[in-house]
Amino acid sequence: MGEQMRTLTYRDALREGLREALQKDERVFLMGEDVGRYGGCFAVSKGLLEEFGEQRIRDTPLSESTFTGAGIGAALGGMRPIVEIMTVNFSLLALDQIMNNAATYLHMSGGLFNVPLVIRMATGGGKQLAAQHSHSLEGWYAHIPGIKVLCPATLEDARGILWSALLDPDPVLIFEPAVLYPMEGELAIDAGPVEISKAKLLREGNTLSLISYGSCLHKCLEAAETLSTEGIETDVIDLRVLRPLDDQRIIASVSKTHRALIVDEGWRSGSISAEISARIMEQAFYQLDAPVERICSAEVPMPYAKHMEDTALPQAATIVETARRMLHG
Amino acid sequence: MTTFTPSPGQALVDQQQSLHFLRQMLRIRRFEEKSAELYSAMKIRGFLHLYIGEEAVAVGVAAALSAEDAVVATYREHGHAMVRGMSMGAIMAEMYGKLGGCCRGRGGSMHLFDAEHRLYGGNAIVGGGLPVAVGLALADRMQQKKRVTCCCFGEGAMAEGEFHESMNLAALWELPVLFVCENNLYAMGTALTLSESVIDLSRKAAAYDVAAATADGMDVVAVAEAARQASDAIRATGKPFFLECRTYRFRPHSMFDPELYRSKQEVEGWKQRCPINSLVKRLKDRGWLDDQALDRLEAEIATEIAESVDFAEQSDWEAVEDLTRFVYSDPEVN
Repeated sequence: MGEQMRTLTYRDALREGLREALQKDERVFLMGEDVGRYGGCFAVSKGLLEEFGEQRIRDTPLSESTFTGAGIGAALGGMRPIVEIMTVNFSLLALDQIMNNAATYLHMSGGLFNVPLVIRMATGGGKQLAAQHSHSLEGWYAHIPGIKVLCPATLEDARGILWSALLDPDPVLIFEPAVLYPMEGELAIDAGPVEISKAKLLREGNTLSLISYGSCLHKCLEAAETLSTEGIETDVIDLRVLRPLDDQRIIASVSKTHRALIVDEGWRSGSISAEISARIMEQAFYQLDAPVERICSAEVPMPYAKHMEDTALPQAATIVETARRMLHG
Repeated sequence: MTTFTPSPGQALVDQQQSLHFLRQMLRIRRFEEKSAELYSAMKIRGFLHLYIGEEAVAVGVAAALSAEDAVVATYREHGHAMVRGMSMGAIMAEMYGKLGGCCRGRGGSMHLFDAEHRLYGGNAIVGGGLPVAVGLALADRMQQKKRVTCCCFGEGAMAEGEFHESMNLAALWELPVLFVCENNLYAMGTALTLSESVIDLSRKAAAYDVAAATADGMDVVAVAEAARQASDAIRATGKPFFLECRTYRFRPHSMFDPELYRSKQEVEGWKQRCPINSLVKRLKDRGWLDDQALDRLEAEIATEIAESVDFAEQSDWEAVEDLTRFVYSDPEVN
């Protein structure tokens, strides 16, 4: 007797999470560009305006900095706002509020003012949206102390991450890979909130640790499947949380497999993969049988043409090739 | 340089309130004079932005606010903190970087916060406090709390996008924000005429259909009256209000400013309009203040300041082991 399952998309799962939060806590509201009448740029909030009304599903002007800052103020004022920023590239217009206010208030005020704010945004490439809508800047955000950075890659997390983020007393940024919105899969009928501090081992092996998150996680799972047919069994770790990183899970896996390959859609220089690599060196250097390797996006603004975008992004085939080389030279 | 015409100040009508205004302005003035001295003595470090010359604005506006209202201020906020009711000791110790400071010495002069008196900074990114004020007012609106959020900023902030976004959003959503522009004519060293195409600042509010007024920021009575009308309007309509207070900073922008951008004559001219001297004169003319009473007031303030310095001197330093405390609420994280 397994759990009762149903089929839904990543987008549906996110919407269920939103609906749950809005039902459970009347302090919760959603605001952002086109979240109401349009139904959300990626249709995540479709139908919520009709269900919860315009006080709680608030269409905002195109003022990223101010509606994000208003989220901070509303959080300080006793509400539990969810701010939706259409894509990560637009979030740069709100970076002042995120970095200089949300991330600093608690520490700078000596513990007086925590900011229980959740900010959601789409991230990543793969949809031919070119160089102003396709980047993966979650690794940048993970540089900032004072905020938490989550990236749900699975339906379970898409469904369950939001409520846990809302319970957090501090600012939480949730990055939703845009290519995953239509991803379909099975989820338990009674799926609910999930914990938001740990990485997760999604596949077990003993030869190599594939460490990733977001849309690249699925490329790692695909690569792991291919490698398995060749007798190469790998750990696949879904980081889930980019800040604070779950060092323990990463180090435990690498200490078992003795090889690590990090797959990160961000640019290589100064990336989250660089940080993870450094931590492996610091904490598990003598466990390694081979240098840590990384597959990242090419260091170019994301091109529009499909063949060029595919080349710029990490791909399963490259992961397979790199893994083979790491194991067999 | 300036086209503003000096005014002799409005007639005084309320003795008790006028004396209260004088006390508050003098507290700020003397406290900041002491702060400058302590800066030179290297007791206070970092940036120190003095409000000297502009005291009438914070004092006048505060008179229109209740304890339940919120204030979002800038990095030139010692006066706002004091008139909200924070103790000089908590502010002085903060500037010393001591544990007894309002923020444990984490913020310093530019970042005074106080939950009890609802002071939300001490925000040192120009324009950055405006969206936060809009959000505080939004929270009040959504929770049916009849409060006003007062957001103070300099005229330099009006060149920032966040000013326009915030005015628009507050107007669009009908949020109870009192936007107070403390127009001291210089964004650091850049004159208003070099940074704004329209220098009659309250006209900008018309673009958002926000009610607006302009007050003589060198006259505490005028500011108080304008702020009272503004806050009455906000409380009656729930809508935002924009109040420009025309004022002047007598001291340099910070302690690192050689003041190359304005003439001594201009500064001296404005000092003739000192809000404290002007009020003292009117109080004396009215027979509500004499030299003895003024001396007593000065002595009381001197004592209060001396006690705040003692408090700061005697306060402990935060333990370095606590460096990462309050990065997150949960001490286990980070």
